Amino acid sequence: MLDMLLPSIVDGLLIGVVYGLVAMGLTLIFGIMNVINLAHGPIIALGMFGVYLLFTNTGVNPYLGLLIVAGGGLIFGVIMYFVAVHRVLNAPHLASLLSTFAVNMIIIGAGTVVFSTNFRNVDFSLGAVTFGPVTTTGARVAAAVVALLVTAALYLFLRRTRLGKNIRAVANNRKSAELMGIPSSRVLAISFGIGAMLAAVSGGLLATIQPFTILSGGVYELKSFVIVVLGGLGNPVGALAGGLILGLIEGIVPVFMKTTWVPVLEFALFVLILLVRPQGLFGARQ
Amino acid sequence: MILQVDNVTKQFGGLTAVKNVTFGLEEGEILGLLGPNGAGKTTLFNCLNGVYAPTMGRIIFRGQDVTGYRPYRVARLGLARTHQIVRPLNELSVRENVVVGACYGREGLGLRAATRVADEVLELVGLHERSHQLASSLNVAQKKRLEMARALASHPYLLLLDEVLAGLNTAEVMGMLATIRKICERGVTIIMIEHIMHAIMNLSHRILVLNYGELIAQGAPAEVAQDPVVIEAYLGNPEMAEKLLEEEEI
Amino acid sequence: MSAWRQPGLWLPLLLVAAAAIWPAFGNNASLRETIFTMLMSVALASSLNILLGYTGYVNFGSIVFFGLGGYLGFYTVSALGWHLLLAVPIGGVAAATLALLLGSAVLRLRGAYFALATIGINEAMKALVINLDFLGGPTGMNLNFSIYQEYGGPAQALWLTYWALAVITLLVIVVSYLVKKSKFGLGLMAIREDEDAAEVMGVVAPRAKTTAYVISAFFPGLIGVLFFFKNGIIEPESAFRLHLSVELLVMVMLGGAGTVLGPVLGAAFYQRLRGLLLTSELFKNTQLVVAGVLLLLIVLFIPAGAVGWLRHRFAPLRRLLE
Ligand SMILES: Nc1ncnc2c1ncn2[C@@H]1O[C@H](COP(=O)(O)OP(=O)(O)OP(=O)(O)O)[C@@H](O)[C@H]1O
Ligand SMILES: [Mg+2]
Repeated sequence: MLDMLLPSIVDGLLIGVVYGLVAMGLTLIFGIMNVINLAHGPIIALGMFGVYLLFTNTGVNPYLGLLIVAGGGLIFGVIMYFVAVHRVLNAPHLASLLSTFAVNMIIIGAGTVVFSTNFRNVDFSLGAVTFGPVTTTGARVAAAVVALLVTAALYLFLRRTRLGKNIRAVANNRKSAELMGIPSSRVLAISFGIGAMLAAVSGGLLATIQPFTILSGGVYELKSFVIVVLGGLGNPVGALAGGLILGLIEGIVPVFMKTTWVPVLEFALFVLILLVRPQGLFGARQ
Repeated sequence: MILQVDNVTKQFGGLTAVKNVTFGLEEGEILGLLGPNGAGKTTLFNCLNGVYAPTMGRIIFRGQDVTGYRPYRVARLGLARTHQIVRPLNELSVRENVVVGACYGREGLGLRAATRVADEVLELVGLHERSHQLASSLNVAQKKRLEMARALASHPYLLLLDEVLAGLNTAEVMGMLATIRKICERGVTIIMIEHIMHAIMNLSHRILVLNYGELIAQGAPAEVAQDPVVIEAYLGNPEMAEKLLEEEEI
Repeated sequence: MSAWRQPGLWLPLLLVAAAAIWPAFGNNASLRETIFTMLMSVALASSLNILLGYTGYVNFGSIVFFGLGGYLGFYTVSALGWHLLLAVPIGGVAAATLALLLGSAVLRLRGAYFALATIGINEAMKALVINLDFLGGPTGMNLNFSIYQEYGGPAQALWLTYWALAVITLLVIVVSYLVKKSKFGLGLMAIREDEDAAEVMGVVAPRAKTTAYVISAFFPGLIGVLFFFKNGIIEPESAFRLHLSVELLVMVMLGGAGTVLGPVLGAAFYQRLRGLLLTSELFKNTQLVVAGVLLLLIVLFIPAGAVGWLRHRFAPLRRLLE
């Protein structure tokens, strides 16, 4: 049993870190402006295609490609903020849910026409890695490492830089931040851009470890909801913890029961946590 | 005794907003609740009508222990209130706002009867000409009157008024005072929070003073106004102290 | 009943009835299919509106009730061999029961948290059904064609389904109107505007919300049975398709949330537009993009929807359009 469990745990933790990053953009945006970005999944998918196209067409190393994808995600997010989010920021929740879902429809619609829904695969191997009794792929390890680095960078950015501090001030109280002379629209736009960037980068990472289609983002969007609720909606560090929990569930549960029970558990847990601990497993909101 | 408040305490984290407050209220009385900003007056109201469950203590309303009841249960027993920061139902008409009060208040009227009551109450508070406007289109003074109308429409035994005079001009204050008197004459017991001294001094039969959540004085208006403890509490707020002393001279 | 004299009630009823009778002339089966889809959208959107428009709770996973009703009805008809018209209420009652059980818990959540929870419920239900072998697991169930014999052949069965749907759709509109005009409906709208203030005024919000949730679940439960019976096949992906949930939200928004006529017009317009796009050479492939752009424009510029906008702009219409 143990020799089956150990590799599952390691795999679960590795993918869990990536899951944390997948959900981070969603939770960041929610924490700052109370908007659930329903275009999160399609942006992840765009990140996947970004890395894939750069690699397949121009031979750019996927990990280098991530940088370009990050830039693209940032720009996309800023534009999306001004087009679809800014006007409905103070409207009832339904408005921002639907406006971001509209962007979702547009991306998926256009993406399906351009890319079809065939599976793609970034054909770039980092070989196998062995720790003691456990063997996994280099790509998985690399993805986890990159995800951790991005998380650390985000943390430092929010804590140490002026812009990061402004973002936190706006998240805390938009009105008083404005009184302090912080240009809240610009800060919000950049925050949204960073949220989209994180989604795109996480998509790029996912593309290096598994095949995908333009619709794959949707699966990760749903996973992100679960992760974000586990870790506390609006709490980027909590997302990492939530990602790890989800990764572990996905790693360990199949050892004991059919894989198809995993989503049942995940979503039941999700609803349960929303009901009994809406602030997430890890206490108060940041 | 329509209301008995027994050692009520409300804490928010480390902050004790209301501390060991005890008092009783006779039917038909108008009780003034005074205190500097942040003294805990609104929080006390919130405990009385069930918005917050008190951390400690008991609240007996018409012989029934209502401590920890949800606001709708308290409302249905005949305790209505207004909000200091107005909370109109924006996308409903002024009349519909008041009909809600009548439908779901103590009597739980049907729509038709509630509409009749609403029209009557709107007339009383002087909003009848606006009954078909959306509530969001009213100005602040009118929204305060809407708050009052909604509370009245429920035909409560006890009415809690949270600064209904604030932000009104002199004529409006006079109008409102007349309305409050009328309500009292109909047999409704009232607790009112107010910063306008002459108003509360004139109207109240008895006054309670809160400071930092604690009841520091109670009694007839004239006694309370001269109570050194009260004056000192207000000295933290010179403007208020001045007002308090000014009123004495009138 | 004086309600029948109100244009706010008979106008939408008339529109729906006229559309419903249309395919009967000349026994037009393909038109019947088109109208079936339209009626179904009208009924589902109007049910959603009771929670979304009147109560202000954004149900992103309303389709779970449609899917659940569909599955139970399908099982009743195909495995137990009961008559369709018996299966329909079973679907409705099952959906309403689920809403009743979930309601008091889930409806404590507000805003985005509630929306997320409804998505979670739908996904959990889908994942659960995939694991239930008696419901066919991941591949679902097929209707044995011999079952249609009981109804006098497939054509008869389809017409029966159609008329049942038409009746239910009219019923939904009547309920939607009566709720809106009732004391209960006023309480719901008070909750929509400010739940805490409503409670302070005595509205028993938990009970009112749960009741609204149950009503808005009951009809999708009924309709799910009809739809999948007509379809002859049911599978988890089609029964619990989140996308359909969101389309319903779009229809309600298009027509005007919180109005009786809005979801009717919104659903009809949306389905008509979709039909046009799907058959047009130019937009066949980009219909999702067009729908997305349209949705974005509406949310940004006319959030009250068509009926809401008309009521706002032209006061005399307020008596006519509810
Ligand atoms: N929900 C809450 N959470 C935390 N603290 C609160 C809350 N409500 C009130 N307080 C605090 O409790 C104290 C009392 O507030 P309260 O509103 O009752 O004062 P008040 O006497 O009504 O003042 P004012 O005259 O300004 O209306 C204040 O320090 C306030 O910040
Ligand atoms: Mg106050």
